[in-house]
Amino acid sequence: MIKVETGLADFDIGSETQDVARHGGGAIASFVGLVRDDGNLQSLELEHYPAMTQKALYGIAEIAKADWALHAVTIIHRVGKLAVGENIVLVVTGSDHRKAAIEACSFIMDRLKTVAPFWKKEVRLDGTDQWVEERQSDIDASKQWDE
Amino acid sequence: MSRSINIVYFSWVRERLGVDEEQFVLGDEVRTIADILNLLADRGAAHADILSDVSKLRFALDQDYGTPASVIGSAKELAIFPPVTGG
Repeated sequence: MIKVETGLADFDIGSETQDVARHGGGAIASFVGLVRDDGNLQSLELEHYPAMTQKALYGIAEIAKADWALHAVTIIHRVGKLAVGENIVLVVTGSDHRKAAIEACSFIMDRLKTVAPFWKKEVRLDGTDQWVEERQSDIDASKQWDE
Repeated sequence: MSRSINIVYFSWVRERLGVDEEQFVLGDEVRTIADILNLLADRGAAHADILSDVSKLRFALDQDYGTPASVIGSAKELAIFPPVTGG
């Protein structure tokens, strides 16, 4: 099973994990990304390219499912205006064994950050805003899976 | 009959151009993304400025990543945007 969703709606980690568990295996790993409070952040505005987002996320999930023999993968990424502390992204992977589930979850997040067409704008408490720039550490993390 | 392609922009590319999409008629001389970029740069100062440094931009043809050398072929949509920052 591969499930990919994007939208403003929040997600429920418990029910998403149960959905993945229903597809069998003995190990589930998950990752939740939140809007981080760095001192003067008011909110994040997440833009995406709807026609491409679904295709890109599904492509990443398919690779992970094949390479780590996953029973199920769920990727949910929110868009729109998100306040400090709110959920941004959820990845849940289900496999027979712990290592595969955890590695696949990590791979999906590394790839998502460098491939999926989302852009974050930071809105500060003083009213100013700026687009987030790509980070070399994210590019390096994504590349390590090619080696 | 001339072909055309829809060009879509995102993030600061969209904001600085002031448009989120525009149509582009593909003349016979247009074969690659780079050919489109060269002609788009004539549409105004913002276009010329943004398109002058392709290292800061990413491209997708019909929702698959491409490079300036990518051939347009029968693609219906070209997307131009900055490096992605989701997750």
